[in-house]
Amino acid sequence: MTHPIDILRFNTCGSVDDGKSTLIGRLLYDAKSLMEDQIEALERSADITGGGAINLANLTDGLRAEREQGITIDVAYRYFATPRRKFIIADTPGHVQYTRNMVTGASTANLSVILVDARAGVIEQSRRHTCLASLLRIPHLVVAVNKMDLVGWSEERFTEIRDEFEEFLPRLDIKDVKFVPISALDGDNVVTPSPHTPWYVGPTLLGHLETVHVASDWNLDGFRFPVQWVNRPHNPGDPRLHDFRGVSGQIAGGIVRVGQKVMVLPGGFGTAVKQIWTYDGLVEEAFCPQSVTLVLEHDLDISRGNMLVGYENLPGAGVDLAARLCWMHPRPLQPGRKYLLKHTTQTVHAIITDIQHRLDIATFEPDVSAPELAMNDVGAIRVRTSKPVVYDGYAANRLTGGFILIEPGTNATVGAGMLLPPREVVRPEYDDFVI
Amino acid sequence: MKTHNYHLDHLQYLETEAIHVMREVAGEFERPCLLFSGGKDSICLLRLAEKAFRPSDIPMPLLNVDTGHHFPELNEFRDRRAAQIAAKLIVRTVEDAIAKGIATPTPGEISRNRLQIPTLLAAIEEFQFDCCVGGARRDEEKSRAKERFFSFRDGFGQWDPKNQRPEIWNLYNTRLNPGENMRVFPLSNWTEMDVWEYIRKEHLEVPSIYFSHQRQCVRRRGQWLPVNDLVPPKPGEEVRDLVVRVRTIGDIISTGCVESPADSVEDIIAEIAAARVTERGSRADDKSSEAAMEDRKKDGYF
Repeated sequence: MTHPIDILRFNTCGSVDDGKSTLIGRLLYDAKSLMEDQIEALERSADITGGGAINLANLTDGLRAEREQGITIDVAYRYFATPRRKFIIADTPGHVQYTRNMVTGASTANLSVILVDARAGVIEQSRRHTCLASLLRIPHLVVAVNKMDLVGWSEERFTEIRDEFEEFLPRLDIKDVKFVPISALDGDNVVTPSPHTPWYVGPTLLGHLETVHVASDWNLDGFRFPVQWVNRPHNPGDPRLHDFRGVSGQIAGGIVRVGQKVMVLPGGFGTAVKQIWTYDGLVEEAFCPQSVTLVLEHDLDISRGNMLVGYENLPGAGVDLAARLCWMHPRPLQPGRKYLLKHTTQTVHAIITDIQHRLDIATFEPDVSAPELAMNDVGAIRVRTSKPVVYDGYAANRLTGGFILIEPGTNATVGAGMLLPPREVVRPEYDDFVI
Repeated sequence: MKTHNYHLDHLQYLETEAIHVMREVAGEFERPCLLFSGGKDSICLLRLAEKAFRPSDIPMPLLNVDTGHHFPELNEFRDRRAAQIAAKLIVRTVEDAIAKGIATPTPGEISRNRLQIPTLLAAIEEFQFDCCVGGARRDEEKSRAKERFFSFRDGFGQWDPKNQRPEIWNLYNTRLNPGENMRVFPLSNWTEMDVWEYIRKEHLEVPSIYFSHQRQCVRRRGQWLPVNDLVPPKPGEEVRDLVVRVRTIGDIISTGCVESPADSVEDIIAEIAAARVTERGSRADDKSSEAAMEDRKKDGYF
């Protein structure tokens, strides 16, 4: 390998007939990422059902069979690679539980592909998906206008749809949007440029996926280290490890260096990083999202659920939190309900103190009279926790700004929350502790 | 001093994701175990456990369900590797489970595949494991494509694909009621290629049967099966002396061998890469494949 390849994670969303499965099939097929047996299965089914023409949607056959049996379709993950990049696709079906699926598939994505049927144009589902993509702060969005062959490759129709999107996009938080006219069925502008769209000068869908810049999607601004596990060897064979006490975790933001001052939250005690320990040896610095073990200068009482942070760019901490919430459960969310709230590596009790509004997807206006949030609703809530939560606004950091709500008893994951920026940040109270 | 670009390549990304999952297991479960067979995926899993927990001991025992139909090379490797890293290895056998009445073979059924399930569930019960970490990957097969990192199993050990917990960001809901169990798959996002590239990067030893070797095989249902006590040649079957390797290891009675000269990790990676980019592949003697290519050409492919 001459240069390291990176990974792009994206999700595809659209309404049932927008050609999502066909698009995924086309990407895999044209990018030559299918194994023999998969192609054979495809062609066998073509002989049986399609009169010889390959039905690319059959690649998601497993899912289709489930649909026939009336089983709820869930997010499916697929993998392919080109010489430039590896791709992880989260195929997020857009039916009854679309919020749950979209949030699951998009929460880890660098990019969302929203499929629109050129004949139907922008429908409510397109607006919902775009709204969720915005709420989840997916850095890049691609609107793939599909079935262009069925509208005679009309530039006018394409422009109409783009204009319709651009009419409501300013009300959302999406920075990078690309529009691509495609035919997933015939492969136009998916992997190879289409001869039918001389008026379109942009890249093909795959061309864009291969080149879109994702390196800066991780937060490198403020150091955040939620402690996952205390690393303390019980009977180390190596006497040098007798006093070893490390804290293990995945860096959720920023960069850490040996010698750097860090603060332990909650509590506010200050210390410094003595060693950055990895299985492959000590390193001088580490960055988000690497997994490391930190050895600190002072022997402090630190356990799972604590967070180490750098002194510049401090987070907020508190028990009274404001958030946007996607509700994913048939039992509606009501004020006064109690849940478990998992945020970074900490799970606390929480009570919903207020539902401030429900977002009306048709107008993107808040409805302040909403008494509850039903399944698939998106709204603004306030929640009080049993212990302080150390957090950032979700817009600044996905990993320290997101939480899930768990219903006690059933243990169902019922909501996904995105915290608003803290009104004030923590103050270093015991700064003189560090000599 | 070289300037750092603060960027992870794909293997580093998959690694940190998997280590995070491992540590969530250690942080949130009382009695987890790690399923270790000695196969290529679980070899990666074990290295990731080392990466997650060293210099401490891996805070969970290794568990293997031995069907009694394992390749001897695999079990030898499993025991040696576990001893190397001083891990506690628990082996529960289908043989034993049958003797105790935990698993009941169907008369005439040779495969022990199905019997692994009650044997595993009995081991979970015996040791009160609340979580089993396994090396399954989503790219292995269609039903796996929908599997979560943290896959909930009810009191009967069942997976309910209709009712999976949504998995958001890296916040895994690990909560269980008594008797319930979690299966955790840190390699969910890894492909076969990633596994071999990681084996190369980490210089991991793998059982010898992954590499090219001479073996007597018979042709059954389009596969080369290794001839042994459990798979004797049937009358009229031709025993061929072939140069083969196994691409994936199952039981000795059902694991197909592929003809291959690949005798190093490098060769295997090249072999997989070729299988990935050419649709013609390597199994040219498979008749359906030839017909498939014909159809493809009729459809205007190329």
